[in-house]
Amino acid sequence: MANFTPISAAIGGALIGLAAVLLMLFNGRIAGVSGIADGLVNPHTDDRLWRLSFVVGLIAAPLIAALVGRAVAMPKIPVNYAIIIVAGLLVGFGTRLGNGCTSGHGICGIARLSPRSITATGVFMIAAIIVVAVMRHVVGG
Amino acid sequence: MPVLASLLCGFIFGLGLVISQMVSPTKVLAFLDFFGIPSGTWDPSLAVVMAAGLAVAGAGYALVRPRTPIFDKQMRWPTATGIDRPLITGAALFGIGWGLVGLCPGPAIADLATLSPGVIVFVIAMAVGMLANDLWQSRAARTVERKLAGASAADG
Repeated sequence: MANFTPISAAIGGALIGLAAVLLMLFNGRIAGVSGIADGLVNPHTDDRLWRLSFVVGLIAAPLIAALVGRAVAMPKIPVNYAIIIVAGLLVGFGTRLGNGCTSGHGICGIARLSPRSITATGVFMIAAIIVVAVMRHVVGG
Repeated sequence: MPVLASLLCGFIFGLGLVISQMVSPTKVLAFLDFFGIPSGTWDPSLAVVMAAGLAVAGAGYALVRPRTPIFDKQMRWPTATGIDRPLITGAALFGIGWGLVGLCPGPAIADLATLSPGVIVFVIAMAVGMLANDLWQSRAARTVERKLAGASAADG
């Protein structure tokens, strides 16, 4: 567990939880990023402004971090572009079919003890763990 | 004001992802790699992020639940309760995509700030996947409407 960072993980996680509570207190909305982003691409939505500003805030965080000398490292993605595209399609389609992702189900949903969200989180965690095991230890060797 | 409020919430959320390093696919994949438990390379940080997030969101939601939101008429708590096939299938597809690259929607969008070509391609594909689902769902809804209209016409 050489790279375990419990303190920064706890602080960061608490901030994510705080953001979820504040978005409900201010705007009455669930802080599910896939749902918020979907409202930007879905042609049937008419409330794009608050969604867009949430996304802008999300992108602003690493930029401000860079300004104070804490730049986020360039993400290392371990696969080629074909797999990146397949993965992006699966994440986009799957989160909308299942109505949520790590934030909407994993944080907001479990925090309200929703059986749907607890189930969804269990399913996507297990699916991801199996895929990583296969990619790293079967395919990757 | 609601627009500024959601800007602030997005920023706090993004700050949480940056501080916890959940913006790093390497960090996320190090959690998802359970073969790392016996070999000692497993990184449980993601579990701590979730536990802390759940503690704050759980307590906070309980506090704000009886209120009316400051900038809206009512709180839009999700109302669906059934554990159905779309929920399970959708979660499984999402999990497969997440495991392939280590990116889920929040960190992927925040990582656009790095201008990483891989992240940009991923987010575009993700948007296409969402749009595909939206169009498919609205088409399915229209088909049901037509069937209902046809059925009522036949009965009438």
